[in-house]
Amino acid sequence: MRRLIAAIISLLFFLMLITVLNTETEDKAGIPAYGDADLSSRVSERFVTKSVNGYDGEIVYGVTSDAETGSANLVTSIVVNYRSFDTLGEVTVLFISATGVGLLLGGGKKRIVEEIKVSPVARLASRIVTPLLLTLGIYVFIHGHLTPGGGFPGGAIIAAAFLLMMLTDEKRRAPSKLKILEGYMGLTYVLLGVAGLLISGSFLQNFLPSGTIGELLSGGLVPVVYSVIGLKVGAELSGILDDLACEGSDES
Amino acid sequence: MSVFSAIICIAMVILALVAIESKRLLVSVIMLSAVGLLSVVLFVMMKAPDVAITEASVGAGLTTAIFLLSLRKLKRADAA
Repeated sequence: MRRLIAAIISLLFFLMLITVLNTETEDKAGIPAYGDADLSSRVSERFVTKSVNGYDGEIVYGVTSDAETGSANLVTSIVVNYRSFDTLGEVTVLFISATGVGLLLGGGKKRIVEEIKVSPVARLASRIVTPLLLTLGIYVFIHGHLTPGGGFPGGAIIAAAFLLMMLTDEKRRAPSKLKILEGYMGLTYVLLGVAGLLISGSFLQNFLPSGTIGELLSGGLVPVVYSVIGLKVGAELSGILDDLACEGSDES
Repeated sequence: MSVFSAIICIAMVILALVAIESKRLLVSVIMLSAVGLLSVVLFVMMKAPDVAITEASVGAGLTTAIFLLSLRKLKRADAA
């Protein structure tokens, strides 16, 4: 089963390479022949001067629909729409560093016990604040295309909620299912990219309709990708904190 | 540049120097976190709320926690 999935993924990547190499048409910017590429028409200048969806009028919040990206937050439309492949690289970098921390410090069986006792007031207050923090984190990454924020800060806020739980409860450990969640979220990101490749012809293409600017379900793939990134980053950072708070198995 | 941002910039430079020159690592970590928090105010004033949220949650919050946890681990390794 595992080998079959790996074979399918490699086959899809091979397909992606072949299709990208052979598409140099009007709507799909593939890889042109050697020496023919005009960089200034592809990078910043193109995005500065182009009009959105051929529409030169004013973009009105809450009224304009079917714009090219459809996300009200400009930064988000760059990060997970035009430059989504870079974000995939960033997520990979974070995954590699979390793996490094886990390799160096992981395998800890028990929590480091503090001499200082946590007061009951702080413990009760943390039980009230933690759900609020979790809700704030989820809000930040779901509304990443409307308000400032996004997957990475939302994940960091979720990890902060876990840190609060960890500080006030001496026996609290990160659930082992977090690692599974992290892996599946990374796989989901790549699969969304492959779906864009199969539907629209280029990797991580935004293939959902962009909707009306300012609504929650707008921006096409942007909220989906940011939810995936938020869950992944939150799980990874909580795992790093758990690794640091536990004792290594070699020193008993 | 307003007087407010000038005060914040000077405070950031002083806190960063304290973070470098301090003998105790704990003081350095706290000062680094304070520099991050002051830079959040600057980012908000320069109308970059995305960067401000990321800096507040990652730079000032989680990085400090990770530094403090690793400091505790180092101290335990020294004592053992």
